[in-house]
Amino acid sequence: MIELRDISYTFAQAKDPVLHHLTFAVHDKRIGIIGPNGCGKTTLFHLMVGLLKPDEGELLFNGKKVSTKEELRALRKEVGFLFQSSDDQLFSPTVIEDVAFGPLNLGFSPKEARDVAMKTLADLGLTGFEDRITHRLSGGEKKLVALATILAMRPKILLLDEPTNNLDPKTRSHLIEILLGLDLHQIIISHDWDFLSHTTSILYKIDHGHIHRCEENHVHVHRHLHIAGDHPHQHDPL
Amino acid sequence: MMDERFATGNSLLHKRDPKVKVIVAAAYITVAAISNSFAVVSLALALAFLLLLLSRLDLRQVGKRLLAANTFTLFLWLTLPLTYGGEELTRLGAFSLSVEGIRLAALISLKTNCIVLSLITLLGTSRIASLGHALEGLHVSRRLCFMLLFSYRYIFVIYQEYQKLKRAAGMRCFVPATNIHTYRTYGYLFGMTLVRSWNRATRVHQAMLLRGFNGRLIPLEQRTVASNDIVFLVIGLAITATVASIPFFYR
Repeated sequence: MIELRDISYTFAQAKDPVLHHLTFAVHDKRIGIIGPNGCGKTTLFHLMVGLLKPDEGELLFNGKKVSTKEELRALRKEVGFLFQSSDDQLFSPTVIEDVAFGPLNLGFSPKEARDVAMKTLADLGLTGFEDRITHRLSGGEKKLVALATILAMRPKILLLDEPTNNLDPKTRSHLIEILLGLDLHQIIISHDWDFLSHTTSILYKIDHGHIHRCEENHVHVHRHLHIAGDHPHQHDPL
Repeated sequence: MMDERFATGNSLLHKRDPKVKVIVAAAYITVAAISNSFAVVSLALALAFLLLLLSRLDLRQVGKRLLAANTFTLFLWLTLPLTYGGEELTRLGAFSLSVEGIRLAALISLKTNCIVLSLITLLGTSRIASLGHALEGLHVSRRLCFMLLFSYRYIFVIYQEYQKLKRAAGMRCFVPATNIHTYRTYGYLFGMTLVRSWNRATRVHQAMLLRGFNGRLIPLEQRTVASNDIVFLVIGLAITATVASIPFFYR
C-alpha cells in the first residue's frame, strides 16, 4: 500500500525539520495518529498523497516509487483524504454536484456519476440532501457530505484529519458508526481519545519529527465521575 | 446573501436554457447601453417590463431591487442638471438647470432600469451555477467561468471570515473612529481576510487535485438546447435588432 521511506520535511522559513528521517507504512486496517499541535500530523498526510514533496526520502505506492503525475493520480484515486475544514472540500454549489465531481473526473458518464453519488449519499444516510446548497449545510452535515465526496471515488485507504472537530455528540457517534462499517484502511489524526478508542486498533505518536507505535500506553475504557460526564469528551493526554 | 430568490420558478423564462438567455441578455443590454436615442431606450424598457410579466417574479422583490438601483440614478438627478452646462432651462436662485443635463439624467435612468430589469428577468431566473456552466458552454474563457463559480461558492465564506475577524476586534473593545489606529486596524482586517482567502484557495485547489481534477469542470447536467430555446433565441435577437434599428427608420 502506501509507504513513506526515510522522509524528511522542513517548512519554508523553519529552522528545524518538522519530520526527520521518518518511515511509515500502512499495513494495518485502523490506525490512529496522535501528537501535539504542530508536530507534523497533517504534514504527514500531505506527504502521503503527494501534496507536499519531501526534502529527502521517497513515497511508495504498492511497492513502487511514485514520481510521475500519472502515478500520483493513480495513488490519489485509491486514497481519500478528509480535510480538517469541510468548507475547503465542498466547492460545488450543490451536494450532488460535489459528490459527483470525483467520479466525473475518473471518467464516469454524468448518469453513472449521478448514480454513484446518490448511492454514496444513501449509504451515509444523506438521502434527500442531493439538491441542498453546500454552503448552507450545518457543520456536521458538511462533514458527512465531505466524507461522501471521498467515498464516491471508492478509495481503498481513508485519511481523516481531526474528523470530530466541532461535531455535536449525535453527528460524532453517527460518524463512528459509519467508519466502523467501512471495510477499508483508515488512518485517523485526532486529539479525541475516546473517538480513537472506538475507531482504531493501533496508535502511532508523532514526536520531534519521528513516529512510533504506542505499545505501552494502549487506549482503554475507564470510569470516573465529573460534571457533564455523560457527554463525549476528552482528557488531557497523560 | 446570494439567496438566488428569483432562480426558482416555473415560468417561460425559468425554463429556457441559460446559454440562450445569456446570448439574448448580452445583445439586448448592449443595445440599451450604447443607444443614445430616447425612443430605443424607452421601448427597450417597455419590453423589459414585458419580460418581467413573462417571468412571473414577485413584483415587490423586483421593486426593491429597482429601488436600490435607482438610489444611484438619484445622485445623477441631483448633480447632472446643475453641473452639465449647455442650454439653460430655468434658474433656481444661484443655480441654473441645464436642459442637456436633465436629458442625460433621464436617459441614464431609463437605461439603468431597463438593464437591471432585463438582467433580473433573463439571468436572475437561472442559478449562478447554471450560468457558469452556460458560459463555459459558450466557450467563454474557462478561467473566467471558474472565477464566477468559485466567487459564488466562496464569497459567503470570505464574508463570514471577515465578520469573524471584525467580531474578534470588537470583542477587544475596538470602536471605529477617524484616526490612524482605526485605519490601521481595518488595513489589518482586510489584509488578514485576503491572506486567509488565499490560504483557503490553496486548500480548495488541493482538495480538487486529490479528487482527480485536471483543469476541466465536467458539468453533471448535460443540458441540450431544445427547439423552444432556439425559438426564444431567434425571437429575442429579432426583437433586439428591431429595437436597435429604430433610429435608422426615423431619421
